[in-house]
Amino acid sequence: MTADHKDKWYMLTLVGEDQPGIVAHVSAALYEGGCYLGETSMMRLGGNFTIMMMVRYAGTAHGLQEVVGGVAESLGLRLHIDPIQAHLHDHRLPDVRISVYGADRAGILAKVTGALAEAGLDILDLESDVAGTEEEPVYVMHIEGHAAEGIPALESALEIVRNEGIQATLQQVDTLIG
Amino acid sequence: MAVLEILQYPDPRLKQTSRPVERFDDALRRFVTDLEETMRAGPGGVGIAAPQVARFERIVIVDVSVKRGIRQHGRLVLINPEITEWEGMSTGREGCMSVPDYTGNVIRAERIRLAASDEFGERREYEMEGYEARAVQHEIDHLDGLLFLDRLVSKRHDLFRRKTYR
Repeated sequence: MTADHKDKWYMLTLVGEDQPGIVAHVSAALYEGGCYLGETSMMRLGGNFTIMMMVRYAGTAHGLQEVVGGVAESLGLRLHIDPIQAHLHDHRLPDVRISVYGADRAGILAKVTGALAEAGLDILDLESDVAGTEEEPVYVMHIEGHAAEGIPALESALEIVRNEGIQATLQQVDTLIG
Repeated sequence: MAVLEILQYPDPRLKQTSRPVERFDDALRRFVTDLEETMRAGPGGVGIAAPQVARFERIVIVDVSVKRGIRQHGRLVLINPEITEWEGMSTGREGCMSVPDYTGNVIRAERIRLAASDEFGERREYEMEGYEARAVQHEIDHLDGLLFLDRLVSKRHDLFRRKTYR
């Protein structure tokens, strides 16, 4: 697939209450509207469905709004469009994976990522969940990233959060190229 | 000696099954030399299989000796390899010279026992584990038309706990 260099890339964000068929309807509208997709992330967060899509489209943001606006409205999705640079085919390899869990409380994400950022972690992918029950929620997070200042610096940072009762494990990601 | 061209997916030839080697002659050994040079020319390549360079015979080279502090056998030429025992499972990150710009998590046996011929036709047996066992399983998959893409597990959910780095 070769890109027409005159085409522009947009980040399309759609959020709304989850229901069956959202991905199928949105992607059909984009395909019929002449769009080509880059990397995407689509997932259910709580009872909501969230979509972030890199979309290549020959027209303006307003034109893209018209392509997908109707289907978004019919599915009750809020739509947001930003022009972006694509930077495809330039994946950065993670060299570390960090898992965190503990009794949920306000500020865990800020505390953990703050300590890790100071120790040189560049986050490539992060997902977090609230498990357990409403009475006793449990926070679970997985991060993949690049340790710009080395793994020992991140281990020291995690030692600090462990002292506050947060469980954190670090695994080196050693990618095998065969 | 020559660096050979590496087939890249979606080339359909990567999905075909390779045939056993029958003649262990100088032509085979010249090819093994070229295959090894091709592996070493790739950035970070620790293994290569003959079908990756469009020769559909059961020939694999693995050398994980660049990874320090692990158990490994150094340079291995594995012809007509057969894994005879598998034990344990682990998840690890893999990429492939035939699949540029993508890496993913794959479950492999943690320890394997393996029989294979060297480039002179002598049958040998190996026991290996961890990173080296993963590399061998990745390469033998190529001989059966399988890519790591055929074995991906979710990036988002750890199915098996891995060793922690301390």
